[in-house]
Amino acid sequence: MQMLQSSIGRKLVMALTGLCLVGFVLVHLLGNSSVFIGADGINAYAEHLHALGPVVWIFRIVLLSLFGLHIFFGIQLTLENRAARPIDYNQKKNIRTSFGAETMIYTGLAILAFAVYHLFHFTVHATNPEISVGVLPLDAVGRHDVFTMMVLSFQKFFISAVYVGAMVTLLLHLSHGVQSLFQTLGVLGSKTLPVMEKIARAAAIVIFVGFISIPVSILLGLINL
Amino acid sequence: MDLTLYVWRQNGPEEKGKLEQYAAKNVSPDSSFLEMLDEVNNDLIENGIDPIEFDNDCREGICGTCGCVVNGIPHGPQEKTTACQLHMRQFSDGDSLTLEPWRAKAFPVVKDLVVDRTALDNIIESGGYTSAYTGEVGEANQTLISKPDSDYAMDAAECIGCGACVAACPNGSAMLFTSAKIAQMAVLPQGEIEAAERVQNMTEAMLNAGFGNCTNHYECEAACPKGVSVKFIAKTNREFVKALAK
Ligand code: HEM
Ligand code: SF4
Ligand code: FES
Repeated sequence: MQMLQSSIGRKLVMALTGLCLVGFVLVHLLGNSSVFIGADGINAYAEHLHALGPVVWIFRIVLLSLFGLHIFFGIQLTLENRAARPIDYNQKKNIRTSFGAETMIYTGLAILAFAVYHLFHFTVHATNPEISVGVLPLDAVGRHDVFTMMVLSFQKFFISAVYVGAMVTLLLHLSHGVQSLFQTLGVLGSKTLPVMEKIARAAAIVIFVGFISIPVSILLGLINL
Repeated sequence: MDLTLYVWRQNGPEEKGKLEQYAAKNVSPDSSFLEMLDEVNNDLIENGIDPIEFDNDCREGICGTCGCVVNGIPHGPQEKTTACQLHMRQFSDGDSLTLEPWRAKAFPVVKDLVVDRTALDNIIESGGYTSAYTGEVGEANQTLISKPDSDYAMDAAECIGCGACVAACPNGSAMLFTSAKIAQMAVLPQGEIEAAERVQNMTEAMLNAGFGNCTNHYECEAACPKGVSVKFIAKTNREFVKALAK
């Protein structure tokens, strides 16, 4: 109860689910980067994932619950925080906080919207079926041809732009989130906090560059069919 | 120097307020911010206008009574300085100053720049005490406290309860104030007995009073006239985890 109702308890849930989501994002990035090896890389990776069978479903359910908790408390805490200042200042100067910190709820909701689109695109194959369903069948050795699907998708400027835009919101979210979570977990002190703020920004940039390198490489023709 | 003031005027908690423009003429750079307001009030009274209501007591930066938001910053632009210790040399001739009360649901406006900070007292009441041995006087040096621990407690105890942290926080959270009070006791042996209930009760009292939740903007530390550090918030979070484990 303390964990789900108190101020710090709910913050701890945010921090722990946020930490797990960051872990997921990193593993996802690592997996995706196999596209740079070519069709053999990413198609084999996708095949391995599907071979896990029920484990994939357990993983999906856990991930969905983490996401759900994070979003639920994110919205609840944000609403409470807004209610805590019913009359706003005519003039307010923030000195210490960052754009990323001030926009957490918006970047969070943008990430949610993107995640839904992303699933419709690559998992459900509902958007752009001419790419995902038309080409999907199988590659030369009979695996799902994820590689071709990715290349044909990101060759479309609009799709690449959506992905890059979404990664900008993730960049902002994590530039605050990664240091905020360690402060919430209580592991920072006066000396380590400024260091963690830098690490968080660096980590957010690495994740950003890592993810956009794929659509950008495909748009530039560095990765081809 | 001459200044233009835009001051929040509000007759009572339920009334609607608005910014009114006043001129502050011939202000000495050596006068304090509150002395400047005193002079403006003299002018207002002479002109038959209600003087601007603002809180103050010691005027030495130690009691925590004064404070308003000056051009968007609680206690004004000078770092680690209460409004009463702010001097007009911080400003230049021709400047405009917007003065607003602390804005938080938990701090209803009493009049003009004066807000009711009883909510902070309620947080203290909910856990800002320790159990004490009664009976015979104990031995001197019976309870040893290391120098780093006593320094840490003293740093937390620097908080004068002004509420600037709440005013500065984008979430209207009282987490810095509450954490300073929790941390100053959590680090001392005298505070150990109630440690678990204290962190739970005080943070609950904070939430119940209508303050927001901390999301680590660190605006509180930047606004605090006593430089109370957000490391005490991390400490409070640790205390909360310890209390959960009990
Ligand atoms: C891949 C997805 C996501 C990742 C990796 C992520 C990561 C994080 C992290 C690490 C934090 C810091 C937790 C803390 O302050 O203790 C955080 C906070 C937050 N997140 Fe997310 N998040 C994600 C998605 C979302 C979504 C979909 C929302 C939708 C509402 C959201 C809303 C928030 C809010 C409101 C906060 C609190 C802001 C704060 O404490 O400063 N996040 N997130
Ligand atoms: S922590 Fe600083 S800003 Fe907050 S009440 Fe105490 S002295 Fe004022
Ligand atoms: S009047 Fe006492 S601190 Fe300013």
